[in-house]
Amino acid sequence: MLAFTLRRAIQAIGVMIAVGIIAFSMFRFAGDPVNQMVGMDTSGAERAAIRKSLGLDDPVIVQFGRYVGNAAQFKFGVSYQFRLPVTNLLMERMPATLELAIVATIFAMLSGILMGVYSALRRDSWLAHVFQAVSLIGISLPTFLIGVLMIYLFSVTLGWLPSFGRGDVVHIGWWTTGLLTLSGLKALIMPSITLGLFQMTLIMRLVRAEMLEVLRTDYIRFARARGLTTRAIHFGHALRNTLVPVITVAGLQFGSVIAFAIITETVFQWPGMGLLFVQAVQNVDIPIMAAYLMMVSLIFVTINLVVDILYTIVDPRLRSTVSRAH
Amino acid sequence: MTEPVLSVRNLEVEFASRRGTLRAIDGVSFDIAKGEVLGVVGESGAGKSVTGLSVIGLIDPPGRIAGGEIRLAGLRIDNLPPEEMRRIRGKRIGMIFQDPLTSLNPLYKVGDQIVETIRTHLNLSEQAARRRAIDLLAEVGIPAPDKRIDGYPHEFSGGMRQRVVIALAICAEPELIIADEPTTALDVSVQAQIISLIKRLGRDHGTAVMLVTHDMGVIAETSDRVAVMYAGRVAEIGPVQDVVRNPLHPYAKGLMGAIPTLAGDDKRLVQIPGSMPRLSNIPRGCSFNPRCGSAFDRCRVERPEPLSRGAQSVACHLYDPVSAETAA
Repeated sequence: MLAFTLRRAIQAIGVMIAVGIIAFSMFRFAGDPVNQMVGMDTSGAERAAIRKSLGLDDPVIVQFGRYVGNAAQFKFGVSYQFRLPVTNLLMERMPATLELAIVATIFAMLSGILMGVYSALRRDSWLAHVFQAVSLIGISLPTFLIGVLMIYLFSVTLGWLPSFGRGDVVHIGWWTTGLLTLSGLKALIMPSITLGLFQMTLIMRLVRAEMLEVLRTDYIRFARARGLTTRAIHFGHALRNTLVPVITVAGLQFGSVIAFAIITETVFQWPGMGLLFVQAVQNVDIPIMAAYLMMVSLIFVTINLVVDILYTIVDPRLRSTVSRAH
Repeated sequence: MTEPVLSVRNLEVEFASRRGTLRAIDGVSFDIAKGEVLGVVGESGAGKSVTGLSVIGLIDPPGRIAGGEIRLAGLRIDNLPPEEMRRIRGKRIGMIFQDPLTSLNPLYKVGDQIVETIRTHLNLSEQAARRRAIDLLAEVGIPAPDKRIDGYPHEFSGGMRQRVVIALAICAEPELIIADEPTTALDVSVQAQIISLIKRLGRDHGTAVMLVTHDMGVIAETSDRVAVMYAGRVAEIGPVQDVVRNPLHPYAKGLMGAIPTLAGDDKRLVQIPGSMPRLSNIPRGCSFNPRCGSAFDRCRVERPEPLSRGAQSVACHLYDPVSAETAA
C-alpha cells in the first residue's frame, strides 16, 4: 500500500515537471519580460543590468532549474500588474475558489446521486422523466448562460440573491470564509449551482446507468433470493457498487470544477483565482498565468492520487491486487 | 400421506414479447416431500430454471405466472403480496444459483452477508448471528471459519464460494432449497463435493431440495425422484432408478442413451435428432413429435396428458391404451 502510494506520488512529480516546462516556456514565448517591466526611456545598459540581476542571461536549462526550484517552494515571482508576489495574490484568492468549488461539488454529488438513484429505481415515473429533461438542459446549456439567466431571475427580477461578489467574509488565520455569514451564504447559492450543474447532470446520468447495470447483476438477484428488504438491496448492495465509478468521476471532475470556475467567477465577479487569471490574461501577466497553471495542475494531480487511494478503501478487491503487485 | 413441502399444480408462466405472449411453462405439476431431492433435467430452454424462479417468486417482468398454483407446506405462495413473499424467500425457501463467482456482493465480507441474511429473518443479536454464521461456514466445510468469516468473496476459490452461497441459502433453516445448476460453473473434482454437501444438508435438516441441472450424472447420484422437462412441460417424472434404468418417454430414452458408459462397449452415443423448438414455434400436439422416432398421427394433433405407469408418470400417447391399438 505504501509502495503503491509512493509510486503514484513519483508519477505525480513527473507530471508536475512536465507542466513546469510548459509554464516556463510561456515566459519565453510571450516576449522579453524586461521590456514589460521597464519604461520606454530605459537605456540598454540598464536593461542589461536588470537582465543580469534577474538571471535572464543564464543558459535556459539553468533558468528552468531555478524556476522549478522556486515553484517547489511556492515562489512564482512578482506579478507585472500588481507588483506583488504572485503567491500572495493566489493565496488571498484561493479560499474563495476552493470554497465555491467544494460547495458546488457537494451540491452536485448530493443532488446528482439522489436524482440518479431515483430515476433508476422509478424509471417510468414522471419525476424521473423530469430529471432526465433537466439533465439534458444542464449538459447542453453553457455555464455562463445559466449564470446570467439566474442573475436575471433571482437578483434583477425577484431581488432575492446578490448578483455578484462574495458577501461578508470572516477571517480564520489566512483563510477567509463566506460560510459563516448570512450574506456570504446567500452569495454562494447561485455561483455554486451554476458551477455544479454540469457535474450534477453528469453524476446523475452516471449513477442512473450504473445503478441499472448493478441491479441486473447476479449478486443482486441472489440478494433478492435471500429475502433481503428492498431497501437493503437498493441502498446497501446496489448503491455501494454504483459508487466506485462515481467517486472516480466526481474526483476527477473536481479538477474541472476548479478550472471551470474561471467562467463562473467572471459571471458572478467572484473574487477567486479564476477571476485573477482572467484579469492576468487581459494584462499579459505571465507570472500569474504560469503560477495558475501550476496550481491547477497540482490540484488535478493531487486529486488523482487521492482518488486512487479512495478506490482501494471502497473496493476490497483492489486492496489485494495493489499489495500483490509489489 | 403427509403434505408435501412443495406442491406445484398446472403451473403456467408467460413472457409478454413484441411478437405476442410466449408460454415458457405450460401446465407443470410436481410435488417434493420433506427430505426428498427432486432432480429436474432437460435441455437449455426447457423451462427448468424458470420453474425454480417462479417457485421462489423471482420471475422478472415481462414474465408472469399466468396460471396454476404453488403451495409451500399447504400455503399458497404464487399470489402472495411482494412483502410477504420476501419474508418467505431466504427464510422458508433457500436458493443457490449457478455461478458462485458472481452470486456474492464483491464489496462486503462474506460474514457480513451471512449475518445480514440471518438478521433479516431471525431475531438474533449481532454476536449471536455471527456465531451462527461461523457454525454455518463450518457446516458447509469451510476450514478455519472463524478467520474466513472476515474474508471478502474474491479471497475464496470457486468451490469455496459455492459453499458460502450454500451457507447463505440454508442460514434460516429453510424447508426447501432450490439449487439452479449449482455445479455447472465448477471444476469436476469440486462438483462431487458440492453435490454430496447438498445431499448431506438435505438429509441432516430434512430439507426438500429441487435440483435443477442438465447433468444426468448429478441427478443419478443425488436425486430421489427426477422430472424430465421438455419445451415447458414435464415429459416424465418418477423415482430416479426407474427413470434412469427404464425411461418411458421417447425423449427421456434419448436423454439416457446420450450418457456415455465406462463399460467399454464401442457403441456410438445415441443422439436425439433436431433441436428443441423455440417458444414462439411450439408444434401442435406433442411438442416432441417432430423429433420422435415413434410418433404417429395422434401425436401431431393431440397434446398428451400425464399417465401413471407404476411409480412413473409419463406424458406420451404410446402408453395410452386407447391409442395403442391405432398405433399398432
